[in-house]
Amino acid sequence: MTKQNWADLVYLVAAVCFILALKGLSSPKSARNGNLLGALGATLAVLTVLVTEDLRHVALILVAIAVGSALAVPTSRRVPMTAMPQLVALFNGVGGGAAAIVAFLELKATGGGFPLVAALFTIVVGSVSFSGSVVTFLKLQEVMTTRPVVLPGHPVLFGGSLLGSLAVGVVVFAKGGADSASTAAAAGVVVLALATGVLFVLPVGGADVPIVISMLNAFTGLTVAASGYVLGNVLLLIAGTLVGASGTILTRLMAQAMGRPLTSTLFGALRGGSTAGATTVGADRPVRSASPDDVAILLNYANKVIIVPGYGLAVAQAQHAVRELADLLQARDVEVVYGIHPVAGRMPGHMNVLLAEANVPYEQLKERDEVNPQFATTDVVLVIGANDVVNPAARQPGTPISGMPILDVDEAQNVVFLKRSMRPGFAGIDNELLYQPNTTLLFGDAKDSLTKVISALKAL
Amino acid sequence: MSSGIGLLTVFVLAVFVGFEVVSKVSTTLHTPLMSGANAIHGVILVGAILVTGHAAGAVQVSLGLLAIVLATVNMVGGFVVTDRMLEMFKGRRPPRADSAGPAGGPKS
Repeated sequence: MTKQNWADLVYLVAAVCFILALKGLSSPKSARNGNLLGALGATLAVLTVLVTEDLRHVALILVAIAVGSALAVPTSRRVPMTAMPQLVALFNGVGGGAAAIVAFLELKATGGGFPLVAALFTIVVGSVSFSGSVVTFLKLQEVMTTRPVVLPGHPVLFGGSLLGSLAVGVVVFAKGGADSASTAAAAGVVVLALATGVLFVLPVGGADVPIVISMLNAFTGLTVAASGYVLGNVLLLIAGTLVGASGTILTRLMAQAMGRPLTSTLFGALRGGSTAGATTVGADRPVRSASPDDVAILLNYANKVIIVPGYGLAVAQAQHAVRELADLLQARDVEVVYGIHPVAGRMPGHMNVLLAEANVPYEQLKERDEVNPQFATTDVVLVIGANDVVNPAARQPGTPISGMPILDVDEAQNVVFLKRSMRPGFAGIDNELLYQPNTTLLFGDAKDSLTKVISALKAL
Repeated sequence: MSSGIGLLTVFVLAVFVGFEVVSKVSTTLHTPLMSGANAIHGVILVGAILVTGHAAGAVQVSLGLLAIVLATVNMVGGFVVTDRMLEMFKGRRPPRADSAGPAGGPKS
């Protein structure tokens, strides 16, 4: 066998590793091994390319890999759980950027035709993914506003930059991609595509940001697949396609959970402010607030309690406190389950990860369809830092979250909200539920409040 | 295998494998799945190494090295962060291994 045959054989092994990795991630038992298998496949692939290819600049390449690892490992080890979503967004973005650079450097070698089209596709989509992910990162990190940003003439700017990048791409294609004029034009494609990515993500606000991360992840997967085609590398083709397919499914699942088509999630704000926030009437309406002792008594005499966590739980790092409270109640024969809305938090499964960190048993985590029929027979619902996912406004037309399936918390006998303030949720709409007579509010940081409720409960 | 049709075949089959493998993932694992898939496309590092290894000229080599750094951050960071997420699922598993349903689906 030739060197190339051996390399292709190892790439096949790596591709199988990636498939098994994704399969492993579908079950909690095998997930960790699945991820390690994926890492093994990637390592094998990198070693193979270093050993079997006749490369120049090997020392520099190794230094670059070392630099990348030195940047990545400490960051991903130290980042707090709340910041995971934006870190994933950032990692996705740099991957897209890398794919765009690879395609840019390969332009000359494509020799026109379909490979050149694939290279241009990678440049456009990779750049969009890069700049879009950076904006997503800035939004989630709250460096910039989390609200939708719509510039004057936004649709025209967005459409213009997208069409512009495609048009300049056609110019590059016509020139064949090999001469210096092509290179200059391709640089123009990069600039326009970067602008497109920024303009694409700016108007997406509120609870929709996770959908965008998922979608950009699928985008980057497709660029890697296209790079595989350009380079004639089967492994990149398979890995990229797998990610493109998984990202597409995940994006669709999330859009379904929000109960509206993907297009209105992405372009709603452009079409006349469906994400702009509805009524804020009743800012001065009376609400019923309670002390931690009142809440403790309410919980103590309940038969059944459902805990509905949201992003506030993540911010306050209250997952351990919430588990302690649940344990305490269960020791007193109160039935406790968790109602998990698919888009609670800022990523799909965000709450599951957080509660898993606090060792909450899986059996207590109930998905929306399973928990919704239970609210009517529930004594107390404890809403911790969630808002939009329990907002009955979703059942009426004309609000930014209209049509989104929610947790039917209002059917329970008592609802206790743990909130920091009367500030509306991420989607920026007032929650009618807060003013209902069977709703009690406990203001303060979720962790502080829970700790107080726990000590009050212990004293009973 | 580097012919256009051969690669197209691989692409189409990989789409089906991707859909098939991923459509069964439980909500519990959506975040690690997204993160794990994110790490897998970091394998663009292989492409970045190939392109840099065959590059001539300072600008091309510098761009290639930048691509390698970015791809490494994607790949290494992606796997490490996914492992950290999944680490939290561990520890509780052994004592409950028999009480939890198969494949960790939500069972009551």
